[in-house]
Amino acid sequence: MDLTKLKRIDEWSWTVTPAPGEARGEVKLYGSRELLATMDDKVLEQITNVARLPGLVGPAMTMPDAHWGYGFPIGGVAAFDPEQGGIISAGGVGFDISCGIRCLRTNLQLADVAGELPSLARELSEKIPAGVGEEGDIKLAPEALDEVLTAGARWAVEHGYGSADDLEFIEEGGRVPGPVPANVSALAKKRQRGEMGTLGSGNHYLEVQVVDSIHDEAAAQAYGLREGQLLVSIHCGSRGLGHQIGTDYLVSLAKAATRLNLHLPDRELACAPINTPEGQQYLGAMNAAINCALANRQILTHLARRCFTRLMPRAKLETLFDVSHNTCKREQHVVEGKKRLLYVHRKGATRAFGPGHPAVPERYRAVGQPVVIGGSMGTGSWILAGTAESENRAFSSASHGAGRAMSRHQALKQWRGRELVDQLAAQGILIRTRSMRGVAEEAPGAYKDVDLVAEATERAGLARRVAFLRPKVCVKG
Amino acid sequence: MGGHPRRLPAKTMRAPRSVTPGGEEYFEHDADIGVAGRGATLEEAFESAAAATFAIMADLSAVRPERSVTLSFEEADVEIALVRWLNLLLGLSHEQGLVFSRFWIERDGVIWRGGASGEPWRRDLERGVEVKGATLTMLEVKQERDGWHARCVVDV
Repeated sequence: MDLTKLKRIDEWSWTVTPAPGEARGEVKLYGSRELLATMDDKVLEQITNVARLPGLVGPAMTMPDAHWGYGFPIGGVAAFDPEQGGIISAGGVGFDISCGIRCLRTNLQLADVAGELPSLARELSEKIPAGVGEEGDIKLAPEALDEVLTAGARWAVEHGYGSADDLEFIEEGGRVPGPVPANVSALAKKRQRGEMGTLGSGNHYLEVQVVDSIHDEAAAQAYGLREGQLLVSIHCGSRGLGHQIGTDYLVSLAKAATRLNLHLPDRELACAPINTPEGQQYLGAMNAAINCALANRQILTHLARRCFTRLMPRAKLETLFDVSHNTCKREQHVVEGKKRLLYVHRKGATRAFGPGHPAVPERYRAVGQPVVIGGSMGTGSWILAGTAESENRAFSSASHGAGRAMSRHQALKQWRGRELVDQLAAQGILIRTRSMRGVAEEAPGAYKDVDLVAEATERAGLARRVAFLRPKVCVKG
Repeated sequence: MGGHPRRLPAKTMRAPRSVTPGGEEYFEHDADIGVAGRGATLEEAFESAAAATFAIMADLSAVRPERSVTLSFEEADVEIALVRWLNLLLGLSHEQGLVFSRFWIERDGVIWRGGASGEPWRRDLERGVEVKGATLTMLEVKQERDGWHARCVVDV
């Protein structure tokens, strides 16, 4: 990114001064000079376009892991007020609605079970459906799927996938309000028929990780983390159903925007005012997809538990937290001293409520919501905690991942999947996949330095670092 | 007629066009992949873009054209038509558990009729990466001196 276009606010946040006569909201970019310099200029172009959308409240923002997306940048955050003509955008949520991370803490120490990891890797790769064309064992007719879309992870627990204890540690208790299954097309429901309990492909993964270092003792204690402990992270979303909803509404909202005279700077922003039939229709479908994603990660949690206990009967896997990073959520925020109900888009950004927030589970309320920054399969991931400061700075939002530094196309030219798998095995990281192309595209070198992203996230006041996790086993789609 | 696929009598369709494995074209996008198709006609460019999309998921030279699907939709905007064409193919592929390797489409005013052939996923088919959907990003359909070009970014 051309930094001469930016005006530095402080060491960790930047803005862009509007051109004379340019009518738009404020733009704010979080990150270090080093991270911003590596971002594509398209990130700035896209977030500036978001700042032109009607009903924006506060700045349109990018997180430190931002990269070029479609419509909104990935790592984009923007809040809209429905009472001021605020919009909801399919491009501001993305195709993989409610993509997110379920993090499980185990009662196992790496030192005690290191010898079991190859067997565990084989078991997980055989029992977790992953990759393009793979289906799960659960086949749901449209009527049964409607129950999933209504009840989310609660449906999964009621059908024997996991326990009620899990629900407390999932955003919104495992079920978002306001789903309207009737707003989901028949094709979307058909696509999901064999995809409940599947991981997907691309950057999705199931990873067994070890807690490498603790950086905030109080939060680590609240989260039940200790050095040497094994964790499991499951990164996936709403699968074919969400993809089809994104597909359906991207085109229909793009057309609606023209009909409603929204004059979008980029038609990929495809949106409608929240208080219109078009906006409400998408909102109902999107909420249904969020519930689908929550149920999907709950089923995968159950499958992962079965793999662990088959090999290690004493293993216990508890849900640490489940957080989505492709959503638009109705939240109350204080803006200029007044409480307002806003629709906060987080596309490739994680919600990060701080200490004391009523939506944070009681066990964590004193330290803030767990935030997961998923890194590449060769480097590691961070667990952070939401801060009170983030409420004012970014509507309680933080980074969601390392963020790509290189396109998939470039990565394919630079790496071979088989060689990467062998190199990582030599470093003690077991990769299991049926797609060597996928491994090459997801090469650790294709991502930003996750440590820099986590540091910038903390220094910008968005969330504070709690623990660093190193990968030991990675099942890739 | 809407965006949902429906079967048409086979006699209304022309024969599937063979794709040239390895001839697919791509362009850069940070997080996802840009697919490009070109041909002497608009329809050939659409077919070529479809091949580029499905070649992300599998080696098309290894996919046997054993089963066919057909689809139709109404669309006046040729750029939106490209996105709808690719997304209908992706939807059918996922719905029916098929991977496609051959594609055909015809345009009659605002009516588009097309189809694809392929086979169910086999264990021995090397997997690529799943394509979630075609987007409006860098969407362009145009005629140049060397023929028609059709491109957009697909989300993976």
